[in-house]
Amino acid sequence: MLALNQLAVGAAAIIHELRLPESVEHHLMHMGFSPEARVVAVRRAPAGDPTVYAIDGMEIALRKETARGILVQLIPVQPGAVQSVNSAPGRPSHKASA
Amino acid sequence: MSCHATGIVDLPTTPRIAGQLRTVALIGPPNSGKSTLFNRLTGLRQKVANYPGVTVEQHFGKMAGIRRPDLTLIDLPGIYSLDSYSEDARVAVDVLQGNMPGSPQVDAVLLVLDSLHLQRQLMLAAPVLALKLPTLLLLNMSDLMEARGGAVDTLALAQELGVPVAKISAARGEGLEAIPRFLKQRGDREQAESLPAAPTRLELPVIGNARSYRQWATGVSTRTRYKAPLSPEWTRRLDRWLLGRVTGPMIFLLVVISVFQVVFSLGLPFSDWSQNGLNALGDLLGRHLHPAWLESLLIDGIWKGVASVLIFLPQILLLFLFIGILEDTGYLARAALIADRVMRLIGLNGKAFIPLLSAYACAVPAIMATRTIENKRDRFATILVAPFMTCSARLPIYLLVIAAFIPNKPLLGDFFGLQAAVMLGLYVLGFLAALFTARLLKSSVLKASSAPFILELPQYRVPTLHALGHRLLDRGTVFLKQAGTIILAVTIALWVLCHVPFHAGGFPELAHSVVGRVGQWIEPVIRPLGFNWKIGIGLLSSIIAREVIVGTLGTLYGSDPATQAVGLQQALRHDLTLGGAMALVVFFAFAMQCTSTLAVVRRETNSWGWPAIQFVYMTILAYVAAFATNVLVTRFFS
Repeated sequence: MLALNQLAVGAAAIIHELRLPESVEHHLMHMGFSPEARVVAVRRAPAGDPTVYAIDGMEIALRKETARGILVQLIPVQPGAVQSVNSAPGRPSHKASA
Repeated sequence: MSCHATGIVDLPTTPRIAGQLRTVALIGPPNSGKSTLFNRLTGLRQKVANYPGVTVEQHFGKMAGIRRPDLTLIDLPGIYSLDSYSEDARVAVDVLQGNMPGSPQVDAVLLVLDSLHLQRQLMLAAPVLALKLPTLLLLNMSDLMEARGGAVDTLALAQELGVPVAKISAARGEGLEAIPRFLKQRGDREQAESLPAAPTRLELPVIGNARSYRQWATGVSTRTRYKAPLSPEWTRRLDRWLLGRVTGPMIFLLVVISVFQVVFSLGLPFSDWSQNGLNALGDLLGRHLHPAWLESLLIDGIWKGVASVLIFLPQILLLFLFIGILEDTGYLARAALIADRVMRLIGLNGKAFIPLLSAYACAVPAIMATRTIENKRDRFATILVAPFMTCSARLPIYLLVIAAFIPNKPLLGDFFGLQAAVMLGLYVLGFLAALFTARLLKSSVLKASSAPFILELPQYRVPTLHALGHRLLDRGTVFLKQAGTIILAVTIALWVLCHVPFHAGGFPELAHSVVGRVGQWIEPVIRPLGFNWKIGIGLLSSIIAREVIVGTLGTLYGSDPATQAVGLQQALRHDLTLGGAMALVVFFAFAMQCTSTLAVVRRETNSWGWPAIQFVYMTILAYVAAFATNVLVTRFFS
């Protein structure tokens, strides 16, 4: 279990919990950041912050202070598998490269 | 019954006949193509106003695009949810439930979702459907979805949700015939008063719970066999360059310089050119008018007043064209991302960068451009800080005073001299004042609200001329109608004050007019700044616009500033000390001397309080800074 801001670029994780003020949680959940959703850290801004995350087929940038409040579970990478950003848990993943 | 004979776009105000279909609401998340659809459905029959008490804009129009000009279409703000945490969502709910004063009862709803991201966008469908208004679900960008290998069973979706569903492409104008069909059915059905029981498996989730919305949305998309399309490779590939560690900032700098260059060296000369043209035309017309007082009123007062509003249009339209291209292609989000780290040091966010940059040309379009900042407090802070950026209207007085009082001493060889250094110093002063004010605001009155910085990076796409054109028309009209009227009124009022009271049957000299008397009256107050009563009159008359002071000083010192610039410089040197002169330019760096800016601030914040606070704060700051400058310069340089 780690905070989203600690997720390395290119790594995928499943969101476990949000520990943020209620209105922030609501906003984020409606953008797709809700428990059981699959998130990938795509890239960091040239200055290092914010970071762009892929979730639900969308790319959303969050600042470190917000990502810190999202707890995620790292998905171990299977050898030979291609990281996909379009799949949600329980659905067949598309072989789109990240 | 219907007022389609005239071209008037107004909300229906006559009492509503029960069951009649008159008003339709358009709702959907941001980036779902809702605006494109709105433009297609209403064509040019649109109107913009403000909802009472909030800064959310009210967009509505007549559905002339589908040949139903009797129907009003309200474009609700783009929202992700109906939760009450954002002002936009609160306004949308109020309008849909008929609780918004001045907004008519909504008879039907068009719900637009982006079919490229349907699973998540369905989260908005749940609370909208729960309102139990007759709804048509429109899956937009379905052409793109299918082209990229996506699919959905629309029949199953319609049965799941209990509402008709249609696949459309607003950008291409495809599939839109479903809308008039739905509206006709709706109208007929209400008249027939029969509602065939729609077989539905609609089980709405717990309202207000985001997690249950998501589970419901996932369930619906699974049962309707929704297959998300592959995201286009080229967005990712482009981002590798546009957001690269080195290439990103380089391209960003290029774009930034272009914006600045375009507005500064294209927009301003065009403004000057149109100003000269309008003035010349005015003089030409004036020659045919008798008596002289009528000519002065119509030409110097009203015509010049109208001209002073119109000259802003080229700059506004040019800036908005540029911003429109940046936004519609999707690059603006990337630019905000790159600028965010730096902007955060000031207490603002990355989206404020482009508006603040363009304020170096002119604050008026810059303040209108802050619409891209969704966070209300950040937007207000940006609006209040923008006028400190050294706008082009300050240049005439800067140049005059510097030429008159600063010797042409080289500092870095021939390249950089003392005069340029002072000019640069004034630019830096303005920037520092902006920084200081932003920090001050963000740590007190406009403390960071709980809305976090969340930025969606849309797919890159080619902007359409249609959308750009609509945007320009929209912003131009808003400016002319809502800011232009105030600017015109104040210009005419000032003209009157400069031309009364009558002296021996004719106009008084400037020094004897109301403005002149007040200028002399405030002299004791501005004496500590090193100013005299002539400067006082200049300050008063330039409350309208900064560049006015050069012409006023020319009149007062008895020389025509255009042809005898040297003469005016000599006259100033004779009348002012170095301390007073430096205090004058510092005063201009900090003071709010632009009714156009105040008018636009009033419009964008939808209150008179904010422009008033801005005016008072900047005046006090200007006075204190000018006083300090006068004291310091007199002490060290005289």
